[in-house]
Amino acid sequence: MSRIKTVFDALRASGRKALVPYITAGDPHPQHTVALMHALVKGGADVIELGVPFSDPMADGPVIQLACERALVHGTSLWQVVEMVAEFRKTNTTTPVVLMGYLNPIEARGFGKFADYARGAGVDGVLVVDLAVEEAPEIAPIFRAAGLDCIFLLAPTSSAARIAAIAEQASGYLYYVSLKGVTGAATLDIASVEAKLEEIRRHTKLPVAVGFGIRDADSAAKVGRVADAVVVGSALVSQIEKHQNEPALLPELLTQQLGALRAALDKLKS
Amino acid sequence: MNNQNLPDARGHFGPYGGRFVAETLMEPLRQLEEAYNRLKNDSAFRAELDKDLAYYVGRPSPLYPAERLTKSWGGAQIYLKREDLNHTGAHKINNTVGQALLAKHLGKTRIIAETGAGQHGVASATVAARLGLKCVVFMGSDDIERQSPNVYRMKLLGAEVRPVTSGTRTLKDAMNEALRDWVTNVDDTFYIIGTVAGPHPYPMLVRDFNAVVGREVIRQSQDMLGRLPDALVACVGGGSNAIGLFHPMIPHAAVKMYGVEAGGLGIASGQHAAPLSAGKPGVLHGNRTYIMADDNGQILGTHSISAGLDYPGVGPEHSWLKDSGRVSYVAVTDDEALAAFHELTRVEGIIPALESAHAVAYGKKLATQMKRDEAMVINISGRGDKDIFTIAKREGIELLK
Repeated sequence: MSRIKTVFDALRASGRKALVPYITAGDPHPQHTVALMHALVKGGADVIELGVPFSDPMADGPVIQLACERALVHGTSLWQVVEMVAEFRKTNTTTPVVLMGYLNPIEARGFGKFADYARGAGVDGVLVVDLAVEEAPEIAPIFRAAGLDCIFLLAPTSSAARIAAIAEQASGYLYYVSLKGVTGAATLDIASVEAKLEEIRRHTKLPVAVGFGIRDADSAAKVGRVADAVVVGSALVSQIEKHQNEPALLPELLTQQLGALRAALDKLKS
Repeated sequence: MNNQNLPDARGHFGPYGGRFVAETLMEPLRQLEEAYNRLKNDSAFRAELDKDLAYYVGRPSPLYPAERLTKSWGGAQIYLKREDLNHTGAHKINNTVGQALLAKHLGKTRIIAETGAGQHGVASATVAARLGLKCVVFMGSDDIERQSPNVYRMKLLGAEVRPVTSGTRTLKDAMNEALRDWVTNVDDTFYIIGTVAGPHPYPMLVRDFNAVVGREVIRQSQDMLGRLPDALVACVGGGSNAIGLFHPMIPHAAVKMYGVEAGGLGIASGQHAAPLSAGKPGVLHGNRTYIMADDNGQILGTHSISAGLDYPGVGPEHSWLKDSGRVSYVAVTDDEALAAFHELTRVEGIIPALESAHAVAYGKKLATQMKRDEAMVINISGRGDKDIFTIAKREGIELLK
């Protein structure tokens, strides 16, 4: 059974919600990423989404764009990101890691070669932002054959037909983008999120994570009431940006920041 | 090889094209495709478009026999397709009037566009002004610097010009930012993409709106020569003027076609914008096509004297036409383009855009290898007024501030 399924099954059994932090690999410097991943686990991460930096992150807001630029200044490559996961796995064999990024860096290395290398290093899933389900039939089976879960995005604009087609191809979990916009946008309309999640659940039994617009304990709790998992990205990346020149402080700061969201989610249970 | 019926239903030109965007945009793109497929065969829509092209754009544009240039080059008969004479001074308006009509029919109230040289931004601001729509143009801050006349023109037309400071601060980053805006404001906003790149259906619809250029050349050359030309030459950045000229001519196998990319400081220098000449297939801005990327798949910075060609990708149909061998893609350097700019200006009294000067430079090389009774059409895709500051600066001349 995949590490992702194991984690979600256990959470479901205990009535808890998953907390899924995102950071960009290589930000502020490749040498810090593995320590930051462990800090996220300490803060209560159930799954880690590790961003693969790309020069043209067209679905990301300014915070993650700048994180990509900081990572790329130090030449952070897809292969290096995979190696970071291998390093992380030396001391953590339970927390699932999902690589999140854009298609071209993967295509440049070859889909099969990437899938085998990533799986061997302990990567559990892949979320390719610009791989729409229509273009996936030639690519997703290669990932799945290597044992990687294929996580797809759903959006407020996704029609019923699209939701069905995406649920068909997806494994691990689904990632619902809570608003029309880029990462780091501010507004979150819980009522519309809840209505859309109901529609999505008519098509799939997979856990549904909700991201975009979650920045603190309050917004995490609101989303946690309706979703299976809460994704937080830009709020953490902003912290990294703020302390990029004092990276020694970052593990503790991220643990604390995420810990506040963890506490808010765990309160929902009682 | 002569298949004119692409893209297929999924927006593919062979292995190229497609729709590689985040999920939020998939449904709006499907709606756009559906609306376009419905309207393109609607006689009222066609009549409205034809009227705009005739009375607003000023079509047809002349096919001009360049007799002095022909004599000076001493080879093929040179004809210039005068897209520079269109309203707003370039071929870009052919597409923006078409897409603006689509926006109107879809009930959108806000137009966004990306621009490199500023020609597409001006053409978008122009149609937005005419329809009373709000208009925001995204432009790399480096390009704002080198194309200041067009920036002011857009502002005069009532558009907001939003500087893009991320990445390489040129056309590719402007396109990223426009896509980000569209995903955020998708309900009321129509994104007028200016070139034949981007996700399906854009490469198809931008081509269709520009294909009026090639259709006119077929008619005009039949009238003037009694036959089709032997060769077509057009510059290729994203490739909209080239595909407009080439596409109607694809089935006519005897017509040779040449797409001219920006060779910058020379292909060997790496400082260029020539993905078809020196790149490899990849995915950028929603489609699979030839791109300039490093071994890690990161998009490379490009260099060209011409802002309108300074783009690391190219329309997917060009990638397909390259692989199929129907079109030959070549590159000329900044210096060659600059020399051609001066030559056309002095010999024919036509100041071409620096983009179009790339086509002129290659046309000269090609003409001398052709027979005197053969005919070549060079697409003068735009006029060069916008470039005079760049050229003066390069030649050490200070113009009045």
